[in-house]
Amino acid sequence: MKPRVGIFSFSSCEGCQLQILNMENELLDIVGAIDLVTFREAMDPVARDYDVAFVEGSITRESEIPMLEEIRRKADVLVALGACATIGGVNAMKNKFSPEENLQEVYGDAGSEYYDTIPTRGIDEVVDVDYYIHGCPIDRTDFAQTVTSLLLGKRPYTPNFPVCVECRLKENVCVYDRDDDEICLGPVIRAGCSAVCPSFGSACIGCRGYVDQANFDSLIKVMVEHGIDEEEAKKKLRMFNTGNAKAQEVEA
Amino acid sequence: MTAQTDRNLNITVHHMTRVEGHGNIVVDVKNGTLDRAELEIVESPRFFEAMLKGRKWHEAPYITARICGICAVGHAQASINALEDALGVTPSEQTLKLRRLLFNAETMQSHWLHVFFLAVPDFLGAGSAIELVDDKPEAVKMALRLKKLANDLADMICGRKVHPISMKVNGFSSLPSPEELAAIRPRLEDARSDLRAAVDLLKTVNIPDFERETEYVALSLDDEYAWISGDIHTTDGFSYDVSDYRKVTNEKAVPHSTAKHTSHNRESYMVGALARVNNNYEHLRPEAKAVAEELGLEKGCTNPFMNNIAQIVESVHCLEDSIELIDEFLTEGLNKEDRSVEVSAGRGAGAAEVPRGILFHEYAIDDDGYITEANCIIPTGQNLANIDQDMKALVPAVLDKSKDEITLMLEMLVRAYDPCISCSTHFLDVSFKE
Repeated sequence: MKPRVGIFSFSSCEGCQLQILNMENELLDIVGAIDLVTFREAMDPVARDYDVAFVEGSITRESEIPMLEEIRRKADVLVALGACATIGGVNAMKNKFSPEENLQEVYGDAGSEYYDTIPTRGIDEVVDVDYYIHGCPIDRTDFAQTVTSLLLGKRPYTPNFPVCVECRLKENVCVYDRDDDEICLGPVIRAGCSAVCPSFGSACIGCRGYVDQANFDSLIKVMVEHGIDEEEAKKKLRMFNTGNAKAQEVEA
Repeated sequence: MTAQTDRNLNITVHHMTRVEGHGNIVVDVKNGTLDRAELEIVESPRFFEAMLKGRKWHEAPYITARICGICAVGHAQASINALEDALGVTPSEQTLKLRRLLFNAETMQSHWLHVFFLAVPDFLGAGSAIELVDDKPEAVKMALRLKKLANDLADMICGRKVHPISMKVNGFSSLPSPEELAAIRPRLEDARSDLRAAVDLLKTVNIPDFERETEYVALSLDDEYAWISGDIHTTDGFSYDVSDYRKVTNEKAVPHSTAKHTSHNRESYMVGALARVNNNYEHLRPEAKAVAEELGLEKGCTNPFMNNIAQIVESVHCLEDSIELIDEFLTEGLNKEDRSVEVSAGRGAGAAEVPRGILFHEYAIDDDGYITEANCIIPTGQNLANIDQDMKALVPAVLDKSKDEITLMLEMLVRAYDPCISCSTHFLDVSFKE
């Protein structure tokens, strides 16, 4: 029997779901190999039970917690889809303020009574997660490989080396050797994106989360040598990773 | 149409499908009288304004692109426009043209996604485009082919459509090569026949017959169809500089929505493809005007369901404009430019016509380049009040139909606006202290 698959979304831009819809060449093959039962952005619901759940978005409201717990109960395999789900992503930047301050900032006095908001969490801070597809957004090839692995009963592969490795394989000039003033987080960030941002003249902004053995002190030193102060360097590391479990190491 | 007078009807569509984000439709009819017709917005607020405070100016386009996966390019551009206004930067002709080509790509991608995958299944009586694979495989493959082309065009220019990489203040950090431009050109030409087939398909669908006058708001230019620059125009005859956008939007919080509502000269206004066509019809390319005529879309159209048709008309315009722009780039060449920027304290507003309508960003920056205040007003947020007004007019006119038929019509109405709900809740009001 084909595995029944559900795709779910919490607080996010829904860009990771879109990345799936944007796999135009592979989409019909994927849809043919699985039994897609829930994908609200693209279809009306046809069933409620599923074997595999892909979950996009972070948890930012109390009311989302029981919904996520129910998905976990029903799914044999739960995959976190994209930075909001894996590490909290940009949503976690709001955690530097209190919920009351955030409400006041965005909605003013008028709205602060009826919006429920809690500090942002990646989904593995609420339920157990089996596999992670990193990135903001996810890489389409990465998604296809994960689906393929799950169909074959294999463990999906997640690189644990930094973006620099892939950047060198693409024969890019190192961002820190270029004549612009970009600041790159590549040395501490997990690869798997083919170093797409440095390859397009920009720099790694950290969306895939930290590698397991990240040397933050060394990178911060390099950033400071390239003209920003230590506080600004830490702030750059926090853009996607305020909610990262390793965030404390950066602050230390 | 006469409505039944004694009817009680309660419709709740929880978490509508085939829209971007989370919304509920709620309709209450008591003894034949409409008590309530609302689109409830239940998407989680994400507090982007708060996140931006204390970040460096050049990070704003990256952060704000993450408001929305569908119009990430549009958010990045509105953000860049606001920053360029604040910093007094005037980008080159080359940059402006390349941005227009990128906007063509995003508009085509978004419009085709919406019309073929989210809206058309309603017209063909299917629950999703995926269900149509067995029934109309050629149509689905054609739609996928078109969408891929638009995505590839965007990827070529900005690195990744979701979320863009090379879009920067005062230019692009990487430029497409002549080989890439030459390679994508014939695919754009081939798309003409696919689009022709799509227009023929759309000629066979019945667009609900529903008219309601409202105000249409869009950016306008004197000499071309406006996407990334221009003044704000409305079909009620008003005109404003972008820096005066608050005179148009007049936001207010409403209890049934985590997104604020807006209004200008009437109780509501509409933005998006239909609003652009109604304001800027004369600047559409002749090929697009011909398709508009074929599909029965005229300037001054007041049927919101025709927004789907306006999207197809715009996509024809974008396709032809893209081919012309690529020819210009191939003749003139694309050159690496100086993107340097002098940073000083300032305040700036920017607007862009993203697929769903006019989008505003505004920032204040301090002397060190840190953002001190931020505001964004999203197209779908601006359409919410108009959607409510449409529902209030539509329900009494169709009360003689079954509950299922009314529900479907309401869903189709909301979907016609192509609402981007996750966007609309992310940037709402702000405490701008003048």
